[in-house]
Amino acid sequence: MTWERVRKAADKLTTPLLPDDYLTLINPLWSSRELRGRVEQVIPETEDAATLVIRPGWGWRYDHRPGQFVGIGVQVAGKYQWRSYSVSSPPVKSGRTLAITVRAMPEGKMSEHLVRGLKPGTIVRLATPAGDFVLPDPPPAKTLFLVGGSGITPVMSMLRTLDRRNTMGDVALHYSSTTPERMIFRTELHELAARHPGLKLHERHTDTDGIFGWDGLDHLCPDWRERETWACGPAPMLDAVELHWAAAGLADSLHLERFSLAVTGDGGEGGTITFQNSGKEIEADGATTVLEAGEKAGVGMPYGCRVGICHTCTVTKISGTVRDLRNGAEFDQPNEQVQTCVTVPVGPCTLNL
Amino acid sequence: MAIADVAEYAHLTKDEVEQLGREFDAIRAEIEESRGAKDAAYINKVITTQRWMAAGARIGMIVSSPFPRARKPVLAASAVTLGLAKILENMEIGHNVMHGQWDWMNDPEIHSSTWEWDTGQPAEQWKHSHNYIHHQFTNVLGVDNDIGYGVLRMAREQKWTPVALGQPVYNALLAALFQWGVALHDLDLEAIRKGQKDPEEMKRQLKQIAKKGRNQILKDYVLYPALSGKEWKSTIKANATANLMRNIWSYLIIFCGHFPDGALHFTEEELEDETRAEWYLRQIFGTANIEGGPLFHVMSGNLSYQIEHHLFPDLPSNRYAEISPRVQALCEKYGIPYSSGPLHRQYGQVLRTVMKLSLPNKMTKDDRPPTGADITIEHRRKAEEERQIRRTELGGWSRSAS
Repeated sequence: MTWERVRKAADKLTTPLLPDDYLTLINPLWSSRELRGRVEQVIPETEDAATLVIRPGWGWRYDHRPGQFVGIGVQVAGKYQWRSYSVSSPPVKSGRTLAITVRAMPEGKMSEHLVRGLKPGTIVRLATPAGDFVLPDPPPAKTLFLVGGSGITPVMSMLRTLDRRNTMGDVALHYSSTTPERMIFRTELHELAARHPGLKLHERHTDTDGIFGWDGLDHLCPDWRERETWACGPAPMLDAVELHWAAAGLADSLHLERFSLAVTGDGGEGGTITFQNSGKEIEADGATTVLEAGEKAGVGMPYGCRVGICHTCTVTKISGTVRDLRNGAEFDQPNEQVQTCVTVPVGPCTLNL
Repeated sequence: MAIADVAEYAHLTKDEVEQLGREFDAIRAEIEESRGAKDAAYINKVITTQRWMAAGARIGMIVSSPFPRARKPVLAASAVTLGLAKILENMEIGHNVMHGQWDWMNDPEIHSSTWEWDTGQPAEQWKHSHNYIHHQFTNVLGVDNDIGYGVLRMAREQKWTPVALGQPVYNALLAALFQWGVALHDLDLEAIRKGQKDPEEMKRQLKQIAKKGRNQILKDYVLYPALSGKEWKSTIKANATANLMRNIWSYLIIFCGHFPDGALHFTEEELEDETRAEWYLRQIFGTANIEGGPLFHVMSGNLSYQIEHHLFPDLPSNRYAEISPRVQALCEKYGIPYSSGPLHRQYGQVLRTVMKLSLPNKMTKDDRPPTGADITIEHRRKAEEERQIRRTELGGWSRSAS
């Protein structure tokens, strides 16, 4: 706290900048202006997946809940690109690093860059942990995890937490992957299963065994109806799980984490704009700019020229997509700065206003 | 004399003007497309260099204070370094970041919405008076408050009063105190004088300026001198020197961008139904470049490429140098004058205008090329409701243009 006070007093010497802006000249992590982190290690997990061990800078609190994801912003070709990845390390209060595990997706420039192009020492931006795909504390007595591919990452954080706290209990893990080689954390899972008799690991290699049919669940895990279930994997798998659990009237005991974004509605323009700080909401059509819509909703929108020249109106879009009316460019990154006077919403979006 | 229709003045047909507009749009699109890691590295390097310079200068002033023999040379070097750091911060970094030139990086720490610069004027007010009023209505008499900043008579159309006789003095004062002149700029001195300013808004702005100004003065003239112990007086002098350096330099660059003889004025008729292409054309006619080497361009915030900056105010400043020959080629192709000259010539013309316009028009000869009707304009910014109407129109042309 005294340290905080010293920095606050030093404000007067560095105004209009912050002491942190100068401290980062010495160490890029010495700033709480934006959450930052330094990539300490890039550990290959499989041929196309790697774990990034990140040392967060000032202001980071190691209190994520097992299963949550963090936003990571990496400068690619000069531009900060943001993605969210599940934290795979367990929450440790005295921790100094956090780990995320990333699989390079085909056509996924960013994931490809994270897995193969990121050098240790790179400074990245971080966003605070979020998401409600989390393990409660204390954990349920009987648990079922259904995992497809890289969906293992949030589940791994949960399993490591159960292991660390020695509260494994009765856990069934069904893990599908195309081949054994592509199975992230395979060795560690085997070790965990050997150490905890309560953890039953069932692996399925879909290239040789074919895709799992949910009718087989009764055979694989006869008491699945009694288990609190967490499922994470590709969208078709989650759709099937959701249907299966709904049919059994057990939707309440199922927790889902979807990685791939749902395709935007009917592909048409317009959408609901939510203003996070004021809690206001307004429906806008594809011809109404975000600025006009915000003004109609009674939000104090910053604005200037209203023609895209002066950038006075620029605000942070937390989520969703907007389209630039001038050239049709779409801005779909979370935490992106957008010019509200020349953009329209494409589907629902949320602004930091 | 002022231009009422820029296309007509340039002897271009409507189609030619629109064609020219498309050529400028193409340059913009090409630069936007090619922004990348090199540009990001450039601005980060400038910012890092500037911060080391500022920190080094401040520390130099403090640690040299107990050593009488080293004090003088260290203090002198620190003062100059701090002055250069302030120039870099205000011009190549602050001015350009606030224009949104680096917003594409999506870096919240180098962004027009969050940047606050090392000068008296609050960023919010600067973005209004400069990015909006000045860049949108460049050199339009009665609308662009940058024509003389409400202090000087810089166009023959502005009414002469005996107050103008003091111009050479006001000009020198403005140069020396430029930081504070800029700080008060968005208040719109002209509107206040005429009683057209909303008192509530004025109160809000003044409060903002007072808060920012207090912190600036506290830093340079109280806290850092205090840290120098017995040597506090010489630190005050050094900081004042640094601020003076920055004031005079930024005054010079800004005046040379808009007041040499090649930069022309417009009447409000020009704004009616003005297309984006005509807006481009007005930017070229209304501005002037200053010639110099690469370091000169960096230290002027690349505002020495004033024409390119006005055509593309939100493209990264480090790219103006490569845009410039292309703009010149287009100007040649369409027969448009491209006003450019070395600092001493440009400023010589500015100074001549300051002197001449302190006298009534009939006593002096106009140095600018004849442009249009000899009219007199009451300097007055558009009433709020009129401006609202104009905004909507502009929104329309911007969108339909692409």
